[in-house]
Amino acid sequence: MLGALVIVFREVLEAGLIIGIVMAATRGVVGRGRWVAIGVAAGILGAAIVAAFAGVIADAFEGIGQELFNALVLGAAVVMLMWHNAWMARHGREIAMEMRQIGTAVSEGSKSLTALAVVVGLAVLREGSEVVLFLYGIFTQGTSGLSLLSGGALGILAGAAFTGLTYAGLLAIPQRYIFAVTSWLIALLAAGMAAQSAQFLYAAGIIDRLGETVWDTSWLLTEKSLFGQLMHTLVGYVARPTALQLVAYIGALLVMFVLMRIARYRPAARPVEA
Amino acid sequence: MRRLFASTAVAAALAVAPLAAKAADDFTLTIKDHKFSPTELKVPANKRVTITVVNADPTPEEFESSELKVEKIIAGNSKAVIRIGPLKPGRYGFFGEFHEDTAKGVVIAE
Repeated sequence: MLGALVIVFREVLEAGLIIGIVMAATRGVVGRGRWVAIGVAAGILGAAIVAAFAGVIADAFEGIGQELFNALVLGAAVVMLMWHNAWMARHGREIAMEMRQIGTAVSEGSKSLTALAVVVGLAVLREGSEVVLFLYGIFTQGTSGLSLLSGGALGILAGAAFTGLTYAGLLAIPQRYIFAVTSWLIALLAAGMAAQSAQFLYAAGIIDRLGETVWDTSWLLTEKSLFGQLMHTLVGYVARPTALQLVAYIGALLVMFVLMRIARYRPAARPVEA
Repeated sequence: MRRLFASTAVAAALAVAPLAAKAADDFTLTIKDHKFSPTELKVPANKRVTITVVNADPTPEEFESSELKVEKIIAGNSKAVIRIGPLKPGRYGFFGEFHEDTAKGVVIAE
Protein backbone atom coordinates (compact mmCIF):
# COMPACT_ATOMS: atom_id res chain seq x y z
CA MET A 1 0.00 0.00 0.00
CA LEU A 2 2.84 2.34 0.86
CA GLY A 3 4.45 1.61 -2.49
CA ALA A 4 1.29 2.57 -4.36
CA LEU A 5 0.93 5.69 -2.25
CA VAL A 6 4.47 6.80 -3.04
CA ILE A 7 4.23 6.17 -6.78
CA VAL A 8 0.87 7.84 -7.21
CA PHE A 9 1.95 10.71 -4.99
CA ARG A 10 5.05 11.27 -7.14
CA GLU A 11 3.08 11.44 -10.36
CA VAL A 12 0.31 13.60 -8.91
CA LEU A 13 2.92 15.88 -7.35
CA GLU A 14 4.39 16.82 -10.74
CA ALA A 15 1.05 17.73 -12.23
CA GLY A 16 0.01 19.32 -8.91
CA LEU A 17 2.96 21.69 -8.81
CA ILE A 18 2.10 22.88 -12.29
CA ILE A 19 -1.55 23.38 -11.33
CA GLY A 20 -0.46 25.28 -8.22
CA ILE A 21 1.67 27.64 -10.29
CA VAL A 22 -1.11 28.12 -12.85
CA MET A 23 -3.59 28.93 -10.10
CA ALA A 24 -1.22 31.48 -8.60
CA ALA A 25 -0.41 32.99 -11.99
CA THR A 26 -4.10 33.53 -12.71
CA ARG A 27 -4.97 34.85 -9.29
CA GLY A 28 -7.90 37.21 -9.50
CA VAL A 29 -8.92 36.31 -13.03
CA VAL A 30 -12.58 35.50 -13.61
CA GLY A 31 -13.36 31.91 -14.52
CA ARG A 32 -9.93 30.48 -13.76
CA GLY A 33 -11.32 27.76 -11.50
CA ARG A 34 -13.53 26.56 -14.30
CA TRP A 35 -10.70 26.57 -16.85
CA VAL A 36 -8.32 24.72 -14.57
CA ALA A 37 -11.06 22.20 -13.78
CA ILE A 38 -11.68 21.69 -17.49
CA GLY A 39 -7.94 21.21 -17.97
CA VAL A 40 -7.78 18.61 -15.20
CA ALA A 41 -10.88 16.77 -16.45
CA ALA A 42 -9.64 16.72 -20.04
CA GLY A 43 -6.25 15.58 -18.78
CA ILE A 44 -7.74 12.67 -16.83
CA LEU A 45 -9.85 11.63 -19.79
CA GLY A 46 -6.80 11.90 -22.06
CA ALA A 47 -4.71 9.94 -19.55
CA ALA A 48 -7.20 7.06 -19.62
CA ILE A 49 -7.17 7.05 -23.42
CA VAL A 50 -3.36 7.21 -23.59
CA ALA A 51 -3.12 4.40 -21.04
CA ALA A 52 -5.57 2.27 -23.00
CA PHE A 53 -3.52 2.74 -26.17
CA ALA A 54 -0.11 2.63 -24.48
CA GLY A 55 0.90 -0.42 -26.48
CA VAL A 56 -0.23 1.11 -29.78
CA ILE A 57 1.57 4.39 -29.04
CA ALA A 58 4.75 2.59 -28.03
CA ASP A 59 4.81 0.51 -31.22
CA ALA A 60 4.06 3.45 -33.51
CA PHE A 61 6.80 4.92 -35.69
CA GLU A 62 8.97 1.83 -35.41
CA GLY A 63 8.99 1.74 -31.65
CA ILE A 64 9.70 5.40 -30.92
CA GLY A 65 6.05 6.43 -30.65
CA GLN A 66 6.15 6.90 -26.90
CA GLU A 67 9.23 9.13 -27.02
CA LEU A 68 7.71 11.18 -29.82
CA PHE A 69 4.44 11.49 -27.95
CA ASN A 70 6.17 12.69 -24.78
CA ALA A 71 8.35 15.10 -26.72
CA LEU A 72 5.30 16.55 -28.46
CA VAL A 73 3.22 16.86 -25.29
CA LEU A 74 6.07 18.62 -23.51
CA GLY A 75 6.80 20.77 -26.54
CA ALA A 76 3.16 21.87 -26.76
CA ALA A 77 3.19 22.76 -23.05
CA VAL A 78 6.34 24.84 -23.58
CA VAL A 79 4.68 26.77 -26.41
CA MET A 80 1.60 27.44 -24.29
CA LEU A 81 3.69 28.63 -21.35
CA MET A 82 5.66 30.94 -23.63
CA TRP A 83 2.47 32.31 -25.05
CA HIS A 84 1.09 32.93 -21.57
CA ASN A 85 4.20 34.75 -20.42
CA ALA A 86 4.28 36.89 -23.54
CA TRP A 87 0.62 37.69 -23.04
CA MET A 88 1.17 38.59 -19.41
CA ALA A 89 4.14 40.75 -20.33
CA ARG A 90 1.76 42.77 -22.46
CA HIS A 91 -1.30 42.84 -20.23
CA GLY A 92 -0.05 42.00 -16.74
CA ARG A 93 0.38 45.61 -15.72
CA GLU A 94 -3.16 46.54 -16.68
CA ILE A 95 -4.57 43.51 -14.93
CA ALA A 96 -2.65 44.27 -11.77
CA MET A 97 -3.78 47.88 -11.92
CA GLU A 98 -7.39 46.98 -12.51
CA MET A 99 -7.28 44.51 -9.64
CA ARG A 100 -5.93 47.15 -7.32
CA GLN A 101 -8.54 49.63 -8.40
CA ILE A 102 -11.64 47.54 -8.17
CA GLY A 103 -10.23 45.09 -5.69
CA THR A 104 -12.01 42.14 -7.27
CA ALA A 105 -11.54 39.65 -10.00
CA VAL A 106 -11.03 40.88 -13.54
CA SER A 107 -12.09 39.34 -16.81
CA GLU A 108 -9.05 40.55 -18.77
CA GLY A 109 -6.88 37.52 -18.24
CA SER A 110 -9.36 35.02 -19.56
CA LYS A 111 -7.61 34.78 -22.93
CA SER A 112 -4.42 33.39 -21.54
CA LEU A 113 -6.46 31.05 -19.37
CA THR A 114 -7.07 28.86 -22.38
CA ALA A 115 -3.34 28.38 -22.87
CA LEU A 116 -2.83 27.57 -19.21
CA ALA A 117 -5.79 25.18 -19.18
CA VAL A 118 -4.05 23.32 -22.02
CA VAL A 119 -0.84 23.21 -19.96
CA VAL A 120 -2.75 21.79 -17.00
CA GLY A 121 -4.45 19.25 -19.27
CA LEU A 122 -1.14 18.13 -20.78
CA ALA A 123 0.52 17.82 -17.38
CA VAL A 124 -2.35 15.72 -16.02
CA LEU A 125 -2.36 13.66 -19.23
CA ARG A 126 1.32 12.79 -18.99
CA GLU A 127 1.48 11.99 -15.30
CA GLY A 128 -2.04 10.61 -15.15
CA SER A 129 -1.49 7.99 -17.84
CA GLU A 130 1.26 6.50 -15.70
CA VAL A 131 -1.02 6.42 -12.69
CA VAL A 132 -3.76 4.74 -14.74
CA LEU A 133 -1.36 2.09 -16.06
CA PHE A 134 0.01 1.47 -12.62
CA LEU A 135 -3.43 1.10 -11.07
CA TYR A 136 -4.51 -1.08 -14.00
CA GLY A 137 -1.58 -3.37 -13.25
CA ILE A 138 -2.73 -3.63 -9.66
CA PHE A 139 -6.23 -4.55 -10.73
CA THR A 140 -5.13 -7.34 -13.06
CA GLN A 141 -2.76 -8.74 -10.46
CA GLY A 142 -5.68 -9.12 -8.11
CA THR A 143 -3.64 -9.71 -5.01
CA SER A 144 -4.32 -7.29 -2.21
CA GLY A 145 -5.81 -4.97 -4.79
CA LEU A 146 -7.88 -3.11 -2.26
CA SER A 147 -4.99 -2.09 -0.06
CA LEU A 148 -2.97 -0.98 -3.08
CA LEU A 149 -5.92 0.91 -4.44
CA SER A 150 -6.48 2.71 -1.16
CA GLY A 151 -2.77 3.52 -1.24
CA GLY A 152 -3.32 5.00 -4.68
CA ALA A 153 -6.27 7.04 -3.47
CA LEU A 154 -4.24 8.34 -0.53
CA GLY A 155 -1.44 9.18 -2.96
CA ILE A 156 -3.82 11.26 -5.03
CA LEU A 157 -5.06 13.03 -1.89
CA ALA A 158 -1.51 13.69 -0.70
CA GLY A 159 -0.60 15.05 -4.12
CA ALA A 160 -3.69 17.26 -4.13
CA ALA A 161 -2.77 18.53 -0.67
CA PHE A 162 0.65 19.41 -1.98
CA THR A 163 -0.94 21.32 -4.84
CA GLY A 164 -2.88 23.30 -2.25
CA LEU A 165 0.32 23.97 -0.30
CA THR A 166 2.12 25.21 -3.41
CA TYR A 167 -0.76 27.52 -4.16
CA ALA A 168 -1.00 28.79 -0.59
CA GLY A 169 2.74 29.37 -0.54
CA LEU A 170 2.61 31.38 -3.72
CA LEU A 171 -0.38 33.35 -2.45
CA ALA A 172 1.71 34.51 0.48
CA ILE A 173 3.69 36.56 -2.04
CA PRO A 174 2.48 40.16 -2.01
CA GLN A 175 0.11 40.97 -4.84
CA ARG A 176 2.42 43.37 -6.62
CA TYR A 177 5.18 40.80 -6.96
CA ILE A 178 3.01 37.86 -7.86
CA PHE A 179 3.08 38.34 -11.64
CA ALA A 180 6.84 38.79 -11.65
CA VAL A 181 7.32 35.69 -9.51
CA THR A 182 4.92 33.53 -11.48
CA SER A 183 6.46 34.72 -14.77
CA TRP A 184 9.83 33.50 -13.53
CA LEU A 185 8.38 30.24 -12.30
CA ILE A 186 6.68 29.67 -15.63
CA ALA A 187 9.84 30.53 -17.56
CA LEU A 188 11.89 28.02 -15.56
CA LEU A 189 9.13 25.43 -15.76
CA ALA A 190 9.03 25.81 -19.53
CA ALA A 191 12.82 25.61 -19.82
CA GLY A 192 12.85 22.38 -17.82
CA MET A 193 10.12 20.94 -20.02
CA ALA A 194 12.02 21.96 -23.17
CA ALA A 195 15.08 20.11 -21.88
CA GLN A 196 12.96 17.04 -21.15
CA SER A 197 11.35 17.23 -24.56
CA ALA A 198 14.75 17.41 -26.25
CA GLN A 199 15.92 14.42 -24.24
CA PHE A 200 12.94 12.40 -25.47
CA LEU A 201 13.86 13.29 -29.06
CA TYR A 202 17.37 12.13 -28.28
CA ALA A 203 16.07 8.89 -26.80
CA ALA A 204 14.06 8.40 -29.98
CA GLY A 205 17.20 8.87 -32.05
CA ILE A 206 15.76 11.87 -33.89
CA ILE A 207 18.48 14.05 -32.40
CA ASP A 208 21.76 12.20 -32.25
CA ARG A 209 24.16 14.86 -31.14
CA LEU A 210 25.16 16.55 -27.88
CA GLY A 211 24.36 13.42 -25.87
CA GLU A 212 27.43 13.60 -23.66
CA THR A 213 26.96 14.34 -19.98
CA VAL A 214 28.30 17.75 -19.03
CA TRP A 215 28.43 17.53 -15.24
CA ASP A 216 27.32 15.30 -12.41
CA THR A 217 25.82 16.66 -9.22
CA SER A 218 24.16 13.41 -8.15
CA TRP A 219 26.41 13.41 -5.06
CA LEU A 220 24.59 16.57 -4.02
CA LEU A 221 21.02 15.92 -5.10
CA THR A 222 19.40 13.11 -7.07
CA GLU A 223 16.14 13.47 -8.92
CA LYS A 224 14.80 10.50 -7.00
CA SER A 225 14.75 12.29 -3.67
CA LEU A 226 11.64 14.31 -2.93
CA PHE A 227 13.47 17.62 -2.99
CA GLY A 228 15.28 16.60 -6.16
CA GLN A 229 12.00 15.75 -7.80
CA LEU A 230 10.53 19.08 -6.74
CA MET A 231 13.49 20.87 -8.23
CA HIS A 232 13.25 18.74 -11.35
CA THR A 233 9.63 19.70 -11.92
CA LEU A 234 9.92 23.33 -10.90
CA VAL A 235 13.19 24.45 -12.44
CA GLY A 236 14.18 21.43 -14.52
CA TYR A 237 16.95 20.23 -12.20
CA VAL A 238 18.87 17.31 -13.70
CA ALA A 239 21.78 15.74 -11.82
CA ARG A 240 23.59 14.69 -15.02
CA PRO A 241 22.55 17.05 -17.78
CA THR A 242 23.62 16.40 -21.34
CA ALA A 243 24.84 19.16 -23.61
CA LEU A 244 21.55 18.82 -25.47
CA GLN A 245 19.51 19.41 -22.32
CA LEU A 246 21.55 22.52 -21.52
CA VAL A 247 21.13 23.87 -25.03
CA ALA A 248 17.36 23.27 -24.93
CA TYR A 249 17.07 24.79 -21.45
CA ILE A 250 19.00 27.95 -22.19
CA GLY A 251 17.46 28.21 -25.66
CA ALA A 252 13.92 28.06 -24.24
CA LEU A 253 14.74 30.74 -21.67
CA LEU A 254 16.18 33.00 -24.36
CA VAL A 255 13.18 32.55 -26.66
CA MET A 256 10.88 33.23 -23.71
CA PHE A 257 12.62 36.48 -22.82
CA VAL A 258 12.77 37.68 -26.40
CA LEU A 259 9.05 36.98 -26.80
CA MET A 260 8.26 38.80 -23.56
CA ARG A 261 10.37 41.74 -24.69
CA ILE A 262 8.57 41.91 -28.03
CA ALA A 263 5.19 41.60 -26.34
CA ARG A 264 5.98 44.35 -23.88
CA TYR A 265 7.06 46.74 -26.61
CA ARG A 266 4.37 49.16 -27.68
CA PRO A 267 5.04 51.80 -30.26
CA ALA A 268 3.96 55.26 -29.14
CA ALA A 269 3.23 53.97 -25.70
CA ARG A 270 3.04 56.18 -22.68
CA PRO A 271 6.36 56.63 -20.92
CA VAL A 272 7.35 53.47 -19.16
CA GLU A 273 8.54 53.78 -15.65
CA ALA A 274 8.62 51.31 -12.85
CA MET B 1 26.12 4.95 -65.50
CA ARG B 2 29.09 3.29 -63.87
CA ARG B 3 29.58 6.29 -61.69
CA LEU B 4 25.95 6.05 -60.66
CA PHE B 5 26.46 2.43 -59.71
CA ALA B 6 29.55 3.28 -57.75
CA SER B 7 27.87 6.04 -55.83
CA THR B 8 24.84 3.85 -55.18
CA ALA B 9 27.12 1.18 -53.80
CA VAL B 10 28.85 3.72 -51.55
CA ALA B 11 25.51 5.06 -50.38
CA ALA B 12 24.29 1.54 -49.68
CA ALA B 13 27.46 0.78 -47.74
CA LEU B 14 27.03 3.95 -45.70
CA ALA B 15 23.44 3.10 -45.02
CA VAL B 16 24.24 -0.44 -43.96
CA ALA B 17 27.25 0.43 -41.81
CA PRO B 18 25.30 2.03 -38.95
CA LEU B 19 22.84 -0.83 -38.96
CA ALA B 20 25.66 -3.35 -38.60
CA ALA B 21 27.16 -1.29 -35.80
CA LYS B 22 23.79 -1.07 -34.12
CA ALA B 23 23.34 -4.82 -34.10
CA ALA B 24 26.67 -5.25 -32.31
CA ASP B 25 25.57 -2.94 -29.48
CA ASP B 26 22.15 -4.42 -29.04
CA PHE B 27 21.33 -5.90 -25.65
CA THR B 28 18.29 -7.53 -24.15
CA LEU B 29 16.73 -7.30 -20.71
CA THR B 30 13.77 -9.38 -19.67
CA ILE B 31 11.18 -8.58 -17.04
CA LYS B 32 9.61 -11.66 -15.48
CA ASP B 33 7.72 -11.79 -12.19
CA HIS B 34 8.60 -8.10 -11.79
CA LYS B 35 12.32 -8.81 -11.82
CA PHE B 36 14.92 -7.92 -14.40
CA SER B 37 17.24 -10.48 -15.87
CA PRO B 38 20.09 -10.05 -16.10
CA THR B 39 20.22 -7.71 -13.12
CA GLU B 40 23.64 -6.52 -14.24
CA LEU B 41 24.12 -5.60 -17.86
CA LYS B 42 27.58 -4.82 -19.19
CA VAL B 43 27.66 -2.39 -22.09
CA PRO B 44 30.48 -0.60 -23.88
CA ALA B 45 31.24 2.88 -22.60
CA ASN B 46 31.26 6.04 -24.71
CA LYS B 47 28.85 4.89 -27.38
CA ARG B 48 25.18 4.62 -28.11
CA VAL B 49 23.72 1.32 -26.98
CA THR B 50 20.33 -0.18 -27.72
CA ILE B 51 18.56 -2.31 -25.15
CA THR B 52 15.47 -4.29 -26.00
CA VAL B 53 13.39 -4.67 -22.87
CA VAL B 54 11.06 -7.66 -23.00
CA ASN B 55 8.19 -7.53 -20.57
CA ALA B 56 7.14 -11.14 -20.06
CA ASP B 57 4.69 -10.16 -17.33
CA PRO B 58 1.05 -9.53 -18.19
CA THR B 59 1.13 -6.15 -16.42
CA PRO B 60 2.69 -2.92 -17.67
CA GLU B 61 6.00 -1.75 -16.31
CA GLU B 62 7.84 1.53 -16.51
CA PHE B 63 11.55 1.26 -17.14
CA GLU B 64 12.98 4.22 -15.38
CA SER B 65 16.41 5.58 -14.70
CA SER B 66 17.32 9.19 -14.24
CA GLU B 67 20.94 8.07 -14.43
CA LEU B 68 20.41 6.63 -17.90
CA LYS B 69 17.83 9.31 -18.76
CA VAL B 70 15.20 6.78 -19.68
CA GLU B 71 11.54 6.76 -18.84
CA LYS B 72 9.57 4.29 -20.86
CA ILE B 73 6.39 2.35 -20.30
CA ILE B 74 6.35 -1.20 -21.58
CA ALA B 75 2.93 -2.76 -21.92
CA GLY B 76 2.31 -6.25 -20.58
CA ASN B 77 3.55 -9.12 -22.78
CA SER B 78 5.36 -6.84 -25.16
CA LYS B 79 8.74 -5.31 -25.69
CA ALA B 80 10.27 -1.92 -26.18
CA VAL B 81 13.56 -0.58 -27.42
CA ILE B 82 15.48 2.00 -25.43
CA ARG B 83 18.60 3.85 -26.47
CA ILE B 84 21.16 4.91 -23.92
CA GLY B 85 24.57 6.52 -23.84
CA PRO B 86 27.17 7.51 -24.65
CA LEU B 87 27.99 6.59 -21.05
CA LYS B 88 31.17 7.26 -19.13
CA PRO B 89 32.51 4.10 -17.47
CA GLY B 90 30.56 3.44 -14.31
CA ARG B 91 27.44 1.92 -12.81
CA TYR B 92 24.00 3.19 -13.68
CA GLY B 93 21.01 1.99 -11.73
CA PHE B 94 17.62 1.41 -13.27
CA PHE B 95 14.33 0.14 -11.92
CA GLY B 96 10.79 -0.74 -12.83
CA GLU B 97 8.81 2.08 -11.35
CA PHE B 98 5.65 0.06 -10.94
CA HIS B 99 7.40 -2.66 -8.92
CA GLU B 100 10.33 -0.91 -7.40
CA ASP B 101 10.85 -3.38 -4.53
CA THR B 102 11.77 -6.21 -6.87
CA ALA B 103 12.46 -4.75 -10.29
CA LYS B 104 15.95 -3.35 -9.99
CA GLY B 105 19.10 -3.60 -12.01
CA VAL B 106 22.27 -1.88 -13.01
CA VAL B 107 23.96 -1.07 -16.29
CA ILE B 108 27.73 -1.28 -16.12
CA ALA B 109 29.51 0.75 -18.76
CA GLU B 110 33.12 -0.25 -19.36
